Amino acid sequence: MTTAIDVTGVVKTFGQTRALNGLNLHVEQGEIHGFLGPNGAGKSTTIRILLGLLKADSGEASLLGGDPWRDAVHLHRRLAYVPGDVDLWPNLTGGEAIDLLGRLRGGLDPDRRRRLIERFDLDPTKKGRTYSKGNRQKVAIVAALASNVELLIMDEPTAGLDPLMETVFQDFIAEAKAEGTTVLLSSHILAQVEKLCDTISIIRQGEVVQSGSLEEMRHLTRTTVQAEISEAAGALESMDGVHDFRQEDGRVTFAVDGSHLDGAVRQLSQLGVRSLVAHPPTLEELMLRHYGDELGNGESAHVDPHGATGPGAN
Amino acid sequence: MSTATMTPEARTIPAGRGHAFVGTGTMIRFMLRRDRIRIPVWILGLTAYTTGALSSYEQNYPEASDRETIADMADLPAMVAMVGNNYAPDEPYTHGLMFGHVTFLIVGVIFALMGVLLFIRHTRAEEEAGRAELIRSSVLGRHAQTTAALIVVCGTALVAGLLVSMSVGASGVDGVTMGGAYLYGMGLGLIGVVFATVAAVTAQITEYARGASGMALAVLGAAYAVRSVGDVGENFLSWLSPLHWARETRPFSDDQRAWPLLLLVVLAAVLIVVAGRLSDKRDVGAGLRPPRLGSATASPLLSSPLGLAVRLQRSSVIAWAVGLAVFGAFYGALISAADEMFDQISALEDMWAFEGASFADRWIVSFIGMLGVLAAVPAILAVQRLRSEETAGRAEPVLATAVSQTRWAASHLTVALAGSAGVIVIGGFGFGIAAAIDGRDIGYLGDSVAAAAVFIPAIWVAVGLAVALYGLVPRALGLAWIIPVYGFLVVYLGDLFGVDQSAHNLSPFGHVPELPAEDLEIAPLLIMAVIAAVLILAGLAGFRRRDLHST
Repeated sequence: MTTAIDVTGVVKTFGQTRALNGLNLHVEQGEIHGFLGPNGAGKSTTIRILLGLLKADSGEASLLGGDPWRDAVHLHRRLAYVPGDVDLWPNLTGGEAIDLLGRLRGGLDPDRRRRLIERFDLDPTKKGRTYSKGNRQKVAIVAALASNVELLIMDEPTAGLDPLMETVFQDFIAEAKAEGTTVLLSSHILAQVEKLCDTISIIRQGEVVQSGSLEEMRHLTRTTVQAEISEAAGALESMDGVHDFRQEDGRVTFAVDGSHLDGAVRQLSQLGVRSLVAHPPTLEELMLRHYGDELGNGESAHVDPHGATGPGAN
Repeated sequence: MSTATMTPEARTIPAGRGHAFVGTGTMIRFMLRRDRIRIPVWILGLTAYTTGALSSYEQNYPEASDRETIADMADLPAMVAMVGNNYAPDEPYTHGLMFGHVTFLIVGVIFALMGVLLFIRHTRAEEEAGRAELIRSSVLGRHAQTTAALIVVCGTALVAGLLVSMSVGASGVDGVTMGGAYLYGMGLGLIGVVFATVAAVTAQITEYARGASGMALAVLGAAYAVRSVGDVGENFLSWLSPLHWARETRPFSDDQRAWPLLLLVVLAAVLIVVAGRLSDKRDVGAGLRPPRLGSATASPLLSSPLGLAVRLQRSSVIAWAVGLAVFGAFYGALISAADEMFDQISALEDMWAFEGASFADRWIVSFIGMLGVLAAVPAILAVQRLRSEETAGRAEPVLATAVSQTRWAASHLTVALAGSAGVIVIGGFGFGIAAAIDGRDIGYLGDSVAAAAVFIPAIWVAVGLAVALYGLVPRALGLAWIIPVYGFLVVYLGDLFGVDQSAHNLSPFGHVPELPAEDLEIAPLLIMAVIAAVLILAGLAGFRRRDLHST
């Protein structure tokens, strides 16, 4: 088998709410797949279906070649899961929780456990109720990464971790990839997914709206540049890879593809830059720009006014 | 600087101590909104149950001679231990006196339960869930939540007491006076108030809602048991119990009096001050006992779902077993004192048919029966653990490992079944060993343990109902409490409150053979075991088919 996760046309409703609306998701073995979407798009619901914790209303889902609902126990020996919101047993220590979850999965690597605890700077002797959110998250990450598994499913695993720990996390994910582990990483932060993932699926209102390699998603990784310049913008506007160019009173705003950033900055530096702000597009901006989404909640259909003012307001 | 964010009304409160109470009014409205169904149900339920008992007395015992029979029966030590002494033995036994004598203590215990459960629900349970933190970070004084909860819960108890007073007072039943009705109702209300304040103290001591209500309920159990010993032995021990104080107003007797109610008011005030002092010493979410560090690795016991379930539930099960053993020992130790008392009123022997059973046997049946109903409580709590693990999101990581839904549920279920069986047998053992020592007859031990063991299938029916609800309609899990509540009010106390005998058949506890007074009948035990098994299997099947709920 070369396909780790294969989901086709899955629908899941909770009462009146249609959480997943014919979702397709395809993850090859050995790849790190980013599962990107705003809060409430259906990421956790998809993951819970893959774990056999929820039953899909219709559609096909297959995980490591098995049925996630029927073969749950068998499949779970081969995967590890980090929930998005970790709640630990108040009177068990972090170390006990790590061992317990590892053993229930079929054992963990004591050497890697020790190394993970050290690198994540986790005190395993504290009781669950005394950990902060970030430390509870670390317990779940250590428990998952200390096992030898084929597939890691992680639901916003680094929410609550500080940047230093996020780097440690990225190192271990890279290590897992080198060992051939498949990773499904859900996130609502584009930059995080960009750093780690080979391929990305973008989910919006219960449907995957775009899926592919990072290269194919290049347009998503455009950097937004705002600068005050003293000279005329001249050739900048017509350069390759520069998009959405706007200019008023000595201020220019444009988006530039990652591969053309170097050239654009060179050009810009000739123009007497007085101030410069550059940032990657936020997920919200992407959703606005590419899928005509509205900020805030679903029903109000004022796509156009938002689409026009939203990004410009930055 | 904080004044800037305060509401106008708060600003008028003098600086300093007043800040601690800012927002109390808002919290009161919030709690009333949250319990807009629960509180009226408590109040109306208590009023209806009490008034219903009074009118059933009027129907069932119309003649003075009928009531004198009951008065004689109520002198039996088992009855004295259960409902208290007849505080006006020389007066004619009117409906009113009978009602005050027989029902007050039992209804008082229910008021106390309400006080504890409602108070913990609005304080410790909120803090444990982390919601209190959210609320307290807004403009809310340190003592506001506790104060608001006390006002709401004490108000509920007093309103319920007042309604009982008015409906009893208006009944026009013979011997019932308006003054007596107010003593009766307000005594009940103040019992609710006192135990709400007991809970206010225990809530400061431990971090867990379960622990805090457990401690407060242990105080209630001790208060009930101590006065049993005092009443049967006719000594000062009764006066150690606030339940007895309230009863000392002697409602519907000729010398009824109000001053004992003052004792309750003073005790409540003292406990409120103690709770306030303790609360000043601790942080939000923390208890007075600091958390300790633990092991960095898990012991080999903690490698299966069952190991986890045992680890999570063992302290609760042990506490219940010890509690029931101690509670049982209180009554076991009274067996010879009760026997003596019975000899003094030997006239009863002819009048009250014992169907061949000895007095000691009836004593055992009576109090092991109470332990049997109580043992269903930890059984249901153990099943509720499944639900709380599920909704807190702690089941999810376990079920994402190589553990099936059924195996996970079965682990807590095993604890519920084995734990409750252990609890009732150990409770029977505590009763039996005390009876054996007190009565100098080792035979009491075997009788008591056997009498306790036959309760196991009935308790398992309660487990079965809880599991079935959990698997099929998890939101309705609370309905499982109907079994111990119904068992206590209808089967155990039903005779006192004039409930029809046929109502016993609806409860599993109505089908438990009354060892050692009756012969052992296997058929009802087997039928109950089968019912329990069917309910459990239905619940597990339902759980396997349904979605896991999570936050």
